[in-house]
Amino acid sequence: MTPQTGRLGAAVDTVKPVASGAGLLDVVVDAAEHVADQVVSLVLRRIDGESFPEWAPGAHIDVHLGDGLTRQYSLCSDLNDREVLRIGVLRVPDSRGGSEAVHEKLVAGTPLTISAPRNNFPMIDSRKYLFIAGGIGITPIIPMIEAAEAAGREWRLVYGGRSRHSMAFAQSLEDAYGSTKVNLYPEDEVGRLDLNAILGMPRAHMLVYACGPGGMLGAIEDLCMGWPPGALHLERFSADTLGAGSVSAPFEVELAKAGRIVTVQTNESILDAVEKVGVRILSSCRAGLCGTCETNILSGTPEHRDAVLTEADKDANEVMLVCVSRAAAGCDRLVLDL
Amino acid sequence: MTTSTSEPIVFTGDPYNEEHLLNPYPFLASLQEAGSVSWLESEQTYAITGYDEVYEVLTDFETFVSSGGLGPRDIRKDDGWRPPSILESDPPIHTLMRRALTGVINPGTVRALRKDFTAPAVSLVEALVQRNTFDAITDLAEKYPIEVFPDAVGIPQEGREHLLPYGNMVFNAFGPENYIYHQAFAEGDEHARVVMNACKRESLTDSGFGAGIWAKVGEGLITEEQATLLVRALLSAGVDTTIFGIGNTLSVLARHPEAWERLRKEPSLAKFAIDEALRLESPFQKFHRTTTVDTELGGVGIPAGSKVQVFIGAANRDPKKWGADANEFSLERTSSGHVAFGMGLHQCVGQPIARMEMEIVLQQLLEKVVSIELVGEPKPILHNVLRGFESMPVRITTQR
Repeated sequence: MTPQTGRLGAAVDTVKPVASGAGLLDVVVDAAEHVADQVVSLVLRRIDGESFPEWAPGAHIDVHLGDGLTRQYSLCSDLNDREVLRIGVLRVPDSRGGSEAVHEKLVAGTPLTISAPRNNFPMIDSRKYLFIAGGIGITPIIPMIEAAEAAGREWRLVYGGRSRHSMAFAQSLEDAYGSTKVNLYPEDEVGRLDLNAILGMPRAHMLVYACGPGGMLGAIEDLCMGWPPGALHLERFSADTLGAGSVSAPFEVELAKAGRIVTVQTNESILDAVEKVGVRILSSCRAGLCGTCETNILSGTPEHRDAVLTEADKDANEVMLVCVSRAAAGCDRLVLDL
Repeated sequence: MTTSTSEPIVFTGDPYNEEHLLNPYPFLASLQEAGSVSWLESEQTYAITGYDEVYEVLTDFETFVSSGGLGPRDIRKDDGWRPPSILESDPPIHTLMRRALTGVINPGTVRALRKDFTAPAVSLVEALVQRNTFDAITDLAEKYPIEVFPDAVGIPQEGREHLLPYGNMVFNAFGPENYIYHQAFAEGDEHARVVMNACKRESLTDSGFGAGIWAKVGEGLITEEQATLLVRALLSAGVDTTIFGIGNTLSVLARHPEAWERLRKEPSLAKFAIDEALRLESPFQKFHRTTTVDTELGGVGIPAGSKVQVFIGAANRDPKKWGADANEFSLERTSSGHVAFGMGLHQCVGQPIARMEMEIVLQQLLEKVVSIELVGEPKPILHNVLRGFESMPVRITTQR
């Protein structure tokens, strides 16, 4: 029930004109390497020789694949190495072609346009972490593990996949951190992840970060209802809750009462942008889960990304949760009762 | 964690004497001044009053467990007066019950009730604005939740008069067994019997939260006994606290005409006003946890098996967290992070319901009432752990 932005291997295909300019970076594929069954790792370097902007665990980039095709992929490179970015891409046969394009067209030396790194899956500081990855969902988790390890935090990774061959980066993670911290669950050897056993006993001061297929994340959400509110952070990488056009573009929000117009950038929520100009909205979870920031819409069409409004409410477009929901594709301005 | 721990300051004041129960804040300030963590001689427990320390107790549910009970007695050693509730349980038992409850009561399901909850507030407030003066507690705060909430749970009409006395028992039992406790328990058996009866599957309507909880038995998540206990938890925790939440909010706003005026112009600030009022006048003031291991909190060593008492009302007014004006109401303050609903694993599941009830009542009042002022001092209720009022005469002006 958590709303999430699409990302990664089977991410959302978005057909829209590629705007060049602000926020876009010209890069070249430095290395393309098969790291597991159907998974290619791409190392990207800037053509102008500059370093990439700073980014944090959980960040992703948009990759513009030509013909208006844009896909989002999580970064899984060394946080401290700003010369390169690495993404891992799973080839998904039934996709609209994003991952196939990556697999077929992108070889070392291919020039490419990407967005600057953005983060919708930020890692919050905590004393303990439980990371759960399913398949290619391992990619955003890798920098999180690095950060947790560097900060001396207690952590454990539970990583499931069809088989060892299909599980990208599994061996290198186990080699680096040992099998006590890195628990691999290749399904053909040990069966599926026993999520009941993994999440049946909530731990104090532990956050759960999960990324993987929708079914697995649904089960994790259900189990984490027994954990402290806010313990679970997850990111879906299938488009099951999103339609086309969900790649964020900047849009304007008119605050009718305050008499102001605010531009919401791609890397911020309406809530962020509105708070920045000093207009207050009561909020709590900031993740589309609690409903606190519900706001009346006076005009414009939102794209609802929350887990609180009923389908009927979403269709009526009279209210929205400004912590996660945005303007729909084609709607340049939302007028809100603020 | 610091490595050096010290003995706690011994504090000799009694939080449960009548004066301190009726007017808690001067006492809490002196208790807090003695230390964020101190030893309460009268209760033989540790008193936790600092915001950071209370937050730590609430979020570290492994060190500070709930299964020892929320009162001063360790209910594991000597049987409590009733089977332990979800509030008095730890993972993994708590986990299944919490999953069942959160599956039924969450922002989505609660939001669907807004219409049903609005109509009674409209008629209640419409009737009140015909009068110049009324009692904000007995004519409003006590009337509204008792009208809407039992319907939302789906219990029978018959026997609803036992809900308030039962809630009174449950919460008073989180304090010592003094005369207030014994008064609350005077007809306890009858109240408990009627409430337990209302929690049975066959007593509940098909569509309320109660039926939703019982459906979790069918899904294999919880046992029948747990379903009964969860419905009981809703009934015991969901009425008094909301009544006090509404009353306490109005008690604050009646003293701040400038805030009322501003809220009428900017009704979207109502949510902030409620949050700030709950911070300042938290209905649920204190309860206990039990340590599982030797630990350290606020520089004080606490041995395993100790009862610690958290003072929500002190944490929510801790100047280290809220600033020098912590005792003042301010619409400008960001009061999110207050612990009036608890925090972490046991954080109030009914929070979205309570907030919705408070918001609906306040919005109705703001729409129709130009100004509200106290006619006399509100009369605080004598209660071991809840803070609220039994009477609050107010005068209002309306547009007419």
